[in-house]
Amino acid sequence: MNSTIDATQAAANAIQGAAPEVRKGFPLPSSLKVVPGTERAQAAYPYHVQFSKADDERFWFYNSMHFPEPMSAFDMVTAEAAYCALGAANTRVHCLPTTLGIDHRVINGRVYIGGNAVTDPQEIARRTEEFQKRAFYYYENWERLYAQWREKMMALIRQAAAMPKPQLPELEPLEHVHAGRGVASNQDLLDIYQKTLEGYFRMWHHHFEFLLLGYGAYLTFFHFCKKAFPEITDQTIARMVAGIEAEIFRPDDELRRLARCAVELGVDGYFKEGMRAEEILEALRGAGTPGEKWLEELAVSRDPWFNINVGDGFYHYHRGWNDDLSMPFACLPEYIRRVRSGESLERPIERLKAERQQLIAEYRELLSSDEERAAYDQMIGLAHRVFPYVEGHKFYCEHWYTNLFFNKIREFGELLARHGFFPDSEDVFHLTHYELKMAIIDLMTAWSTGSAPRGPERWPAIVAERRAAVREWAKHETPPALGPVPDVIDDPAIVMLWGITRENLDAWLSASNDASSREIRGFAASSGVVEGPARVVKSVEEISRLETGDILVCQVTNPTWAPVFQKIVGAVSDLGGSMSHAAIVAREYGLPAVVGTGNATGRIKDGQRIRVDGSRGIVTVLD
Amino acid sequence: MGSTDIIGWFADIGLDDRLQVGGKGGSLGELERAGIAVPPGFVVKTGAFERFVTALERAAPLRARIEALEADDLAGVEACCKEIRARVEAAELPREVLEEIAAAHAALCRRQTPVAVRSSATTEDASDASFAGLQATYLWLTDLTQTLARVRSCWASLYSVESVCYRRRRGMPEEGVAMAVVVQTMVHARTAGVMFTRSPVTGDRSVISIEGAWGLGSAVVGGEVTPDRWVLGKITGEISVREISDKHIQHVPLPEGGVATVEVAEEHRRAPCLSDEELQALRDIGRRVERHYGCPQDIEWAVEHGTSRILLLQSRPETVWSAKEGVPVAKPAADPLAHVMTIFGGRR
Repeated sequence: MNSTIDATQAAANAIQGAAPEVRKGFPLPSSLKVVPGTERAQAAYPYHVQFSKADDERFWFYNSMHFPEPMSAFDMVTAEAAYCALGAANTRVHCLPTTLGIDHRVINGRVYIGGNAVTDPQEIARRTEEFQKRAFYYYENWERLYAQWREKMMALIRQAAAMPKPQLPELEPLEHVHAGRGVASNQDLLDIYQKTLEGYFRMWHHHFEFLLLGYGAYLTFFHFCKKAFPEITDQTIARMVAGIEAEIFRPDDELRRLARCAVELGVDGYFKEGMRAEEILEALRGAGTPGEKWLEELAVSRDPWFNINVGDGFYHYHRGWNDDLSMPFACLPEYIRRVRSGESLERPIERLKAERQQLIAEYRELLSSDEERAAYDQMIGLAHRVFPYVEGHKFYCEHWYTNLFFNKIREFGELLARHGFFPDSEDVFHLTHYELKMAIIDLMTAWSTGSAPRGPERWPAIVAERRAAVREWAKHETPPALGPVPDVIDDPAIVMLWGITRENLDAWLSASNDASSREIRGFAASSGVVEGPARVVKSVEEISRLETGDILVCQVTNPTWAPVFQKIVGAVSDLGGSMSHAAIVAREYGLPAVVGTGNATGRIKDGQRIRVDGSRGIVTVLD
Repeated sequence: MGSTDIIGWFADIGLDDRLQVGGKGGSLGELERAGIAVPPGFVVKTGAFERFVTALERAAPLRARIEALEADDLAGVEACCKEIRARVEAAELPREVLEEIAAAHAALCRRQTPVAVRSSATTEDASDASFAGLQATYLWLTDLTQTLARVRSCWASLYSVESVCYRRRRGMPEEGVAMAVVVQTMVHARTAGVMFTRSPVTGDRSVISIEGAWGLGSAVVGGEVTPDRWVLGKITGEISVREISDKHIQHVPLPEGGVATVEVAEEHRRAPCLSDEELQALRDIGRRVERHYGCPQDIEWAVEHGTSRILLLQSRPETVWSAKEGVPVAKPAADPLAHVMTIFGGRR
């Protein structure tokens, strides 16, 4: 691993950024160079997300929580759509008093983001008044608006699922002609593409409709607890608020159910470690009624709960379980073994609910006055009201809808590949969404004129170059942050969504100064202490390398990896707060976890023995 | 044997009997009644002291002489106290007092169990902690003779110069000044220490702080060894802090009575002196005691050598943070939504 900026340069920048008063800082954006040979791939990203000289004045951090790997040209649409929608909600819809939206920049395939704080007291006051007219209305009518949200979201999902497959017949079908349809089939391509893109942008608006308000209400309770109980752990607060039947647990619950079914139906013998999903399905199809019965149960689980992808849904290659059964099937043998040994594998919902109620009541009792107890009741009431959305939205947005979206683009990839635009349908993801529209219109035009499309001359070389660039970028580490460190980070969006505070920036800075230290600090996400070999997993494809007894070290722990949590003994991540879904899953499995370490994947070597202290948020390298 | 106005067994007494059994004795009785294991014992009540003083007064005046003293006349106070203490330590005990203590001692120490003798003052309370001379403690007494001598030493401590000056300065009448004495079997501790049912660092009531080291608790209380330290969630039991220190020495009882400081074997020095199960058992006890008293507690505990039984030696209300409480962290708002402005409103 080599860094694109060397240490002396970084030090010089730190000093330069410090003038006139000595101020700690990260490298300036202008010092970050595009990896030689990838300049054209970099230039493919929209002009408004390229770093400029003026950006040196601002603080940026690498959003490795959402974009842990270099982004291909098409996948960047997620950053565009998400920040468009997030900013709209914060800046113009709810009018958060102290912050506007979040700007993003892209270099070497990495997405850096920066907040846009409101500091003028008069403006804050004006926005506060607006905020109370808007956000408070949402809080007051939360249940109704959230029910409405689910309907809107499901309508959007149905629309995307019903979108026809893009194809070009040789001649316009006769029934179109006789029906007087008028618009020819080549126009369908553009319609489908534009609706697909439009749907994705709209989905992100839905995603942010409630999100900041939800996190804010949760954090209000969180801060109260931290003041009333200065030593309470973050995970205890999360346990008081987290839902027990949240959507995020369902895919894993379904796997457990399928494991039980397999044992009950007597087809458990077909699930052997190391077998491919296809082989198992084939064997079951030939296994008579019990096999068919299990396959029916599988179909029930798949719709909708296998619409979950193996990543966070931000990359086209984070395939859904429905598209790639290898992930869920890889976990079945272990679940089946546990069922055979007498475990029920059922989550004790009622007991978990009772325990949560008791936890809430016992902390309440410790408060020093009835006044405090009344305030506690108000805040936890609001947190409980908003939390189903906070936990549930991801399944509908980042998983279900995103799978449909990327699969539709994949269909365009197949069509274009068939017409020679590039060798492989997956190559479509090396075009930006603007370029893809261009390529589609090229094909539409060729279909109408009867000439050959021009794309086949143009795209194969570009695709090859960009594929190489993404591969090259992945070899280079990128600084966790850029530019001068602000005195305070008062942007609730950044604190809430990325868990970034002034304190942990200082920790990142000192970590980069003291890379030899054996201790890495992060958020205590799930309590307990464990030692074991580190498995540094930098991309989703590497998940299969995890073996029983390993400690997972990754850029972002992902809740959809839940089933792998039964193999590992602990988890460490670069980004994420203690209320991240990952932390919740770690707690669910009772595994020690430390999240938000900044750069654990860079500092821990694969195979090294490490100790994870999930109660204190410390990871120690042992050898 | 049962309790009388001379002897009170722990099971028969509580904090309401403070005037007869003193604060320490009452607290031990209270713990035993609440079902918390304490080393077995009894209190020599103030009734015994009163009889003893009455017998002394018959020989020569005592209380009147104290009341005649001027607090500023240090030489006079010193001379008088010295003489009275000598009388208290030398005089024979009234027959019924001697017999009852002897019988209780025999019942308590069937196999020559060593005992501790501690003063248990009736006036002792948090704000009066400086009431000097009322904290006498004598450990590892192996027979009745030593025990009786130390009961008298506790009584005599009421007539220390500091104690008498304190009363004279406040013009307190001597009538009613009395001392109870706790006689309690010693715990041969494998591990001992202290427990606060709130954080001593932040005052957080949701955690329990436990400090302990090998051997008798005196090494921890006296600051001779850096104890291991743990912080547990009071409700969750989650162990958020584990600091295992180098515990180089420990206090151990001597067969002939008394305590010796010995080095801890190399392999034990950096080993935790409590298991996780013991930590959880202590937490459970801490919660029960706190609930019984209705306020955070400052507790001394020991784990018995051999049996690993946990016994409480003392529990008193925590005073430092309790005194600071007052301003609520947050008040209920007319509109509950107003609370979210603490997040969205920015720094004010």
